Amino acid sequence: MGITFRKETFRDDFTFKNSPEHIRRFPFPFHEDAYMYAVNIEPHVVGPKGSVLENLIDVDEHYVAEMQDRALVLAEDPLRCQSLPHMTLAGWDLLELLMEQQALGYPEHFTLTRDGDRWRWINRPLGIDDTFTFGDTSTLPYGPMEYITRQSQGDFCILDQRDGNLWMDAGMVTTQADWSLDFDIGMNFFEWHAPVPLAHEKGIFVRALKFLTNIQQGKPARRLNWTMTINPRLDTSPENYHKWGPDRATVTPENVGDKVHLRVELQSFWRLPRSNGIVFPIRCYLIKMDELVTQPKWARRLHRVIRDLPDELANYKGLTRFRPTLVEWLSKLDDGSATSPGFGPD
Amino acid sequence: MAAKSIISRPVYGTLSPQPGKHHLFIADAEGALAIAEMAERAPPGFFDDAEIVFIPGPDGNHIAALDALKPAQFHQAPSFASLLPRLRQTLANAHMGLRLYLSGTEGLIGQAMQVALEAGIDHTSIQTEHRGSLARRMQCVHCKGITENVTTQPATCAHCGLLLLVRDHYSRRIAAFQGVCINAEDRSEIPPMEEIFR
Repeated sequence: MGITFRKETFRDDFTFKNSPEHIRRFPFPFHEDAYMYAVNIEPHVVGPKGSVLENLIDVDEHYVAEMQDRALVLAEDPLRCQSLPHMTLAGWDLLELLMEQQALGYPEHFTLTRDGDRWRWINRPLGIDDTFTFGDTSTLPYGPMEYITRQSQGDFCILDQRDGNLWMDAGMVTTQADWSLDFDIGMNFFEWHAPVPLAHEKGIFVRALKFLTNIQQGKPARRLNWTMTINPRLDTSPENYHKWGPDRATVTPENVGDKVHLRVELQSFWRLPRSNGIVFPIRCYLIKMDELVTQPKWARRLHRVIRDLPDELANYKGLTRFRPTLVEWLSKLDDGSATSPGFGPD
Repeated sequence: MAAKSIISRPVYGTLSPQPGKHHLFIADAEGALAIAEMAERAPPGFFDDAEIVFIPGPDGNHIAALDALKPAQFHQAPSFASLLPRLRQTLANAHMGLRLYLSGTEGLIGQAMQVALEAGIDHTSIQTEHRGSLARRMQCVHCKGITENVTTQPATCAHCGLLLLVRDHYSRRIAAFQGVCINAEDRSEIPPMEEIFR
């Protein structure tokens, strides 16, 4: 059985779509009819069958297409994947974590066998069957972080912990919501979050750092974040902003449903056993408005959230140019009736 | 200095004598005044173990004032680029107990700190004092080219020509502020260019 991987694109002709099952499992990020920052971190434990939390590292129908898109991004711009020299051990930690989790959750697609340091990794969807020596970088075609994150959905930041802070010292970042790994690499937790409005004053980052530096091995945590993207484009990097920015001016009342996408990041945080670093996978889920509004509760709630969002946040998230068109379109799907508590569809 | 700023924007202090075995000062132009003022508060003999490296401004001022401090070594360089090989060697050969003091323009402080970071010196141990021009070093996030001495907002990238918003977001590793296309969503919008980093 297993997952049927879709053939689709995140650029040019934008053929990305969600199947009906994937619409139902979409991680809708609003549990009430309004949104404001919060340190919304909770334990990353397994959730209901059929949800994106069924496995702690989620693999879905977009896996193969996303990995193809990542390869295209890296061919254009190798600076999207960087690791400072002291981070190689953490890269091996990450390789172990992702191989174990993907093999555990999806045995029909991934197999890991270990004989001491001699490991064999089979990735059937991508046609990979490699045997290598754990800890010996010369036995892999890339460094350990790059090798495994070319085979794992989502962006990955590896944070070094020292001086009571977390330092962005390695990462694979090709599906980011408008931040640059190349610029931010080497920064501490407060520095790389510096451009985020409002949250510093609320003490959000001080509390979040305290939580993250205390994460224990085997007890990962998670949170959701969100923004909106025009067209199902994974690579909304600042590097290419001058190429995708014009998309924001193309939204019309006629094409809102097809062009405007809610972009949700499932961020998780894991202590790494050998390096004592923290890996921070940022898993991106996209859903177009036409798909999202098939769930009437989500349509009503999203209308209220976007309509009432503070201007400063709307601006930071890049919604300003198309927000009126989107709110007008969503308002027709909001009869004013109450929405049930919680994230899920009714 | 900017009134409202963000956390990645460097904050500069006032040079003060630190306990240490050797003291390396790197300054440009009016940065010399920061050293001279600190010297008034320094214990006797402080400059016996000091090296001052100075990049004079176009007017050539302040050389005599620094020479008068009688540092163990006094070196003048015509530009930061010309200073780099010497600075890299000094830092590579440095021992525990070296203290680093940077004063002058943001571009000088940032680039000297970048070399110090590469040599393994913790940025929080470095004394800095800003004097003189507020002109910025800017990295274009799109083409990665660095434009020196940016005084306007927005500013044109000297490499790819895009019109860039000069952000307060700063990278010590790159020693530059980030420039992001200001009219990416509609290239026909041309905001007025104002001289604000002087």
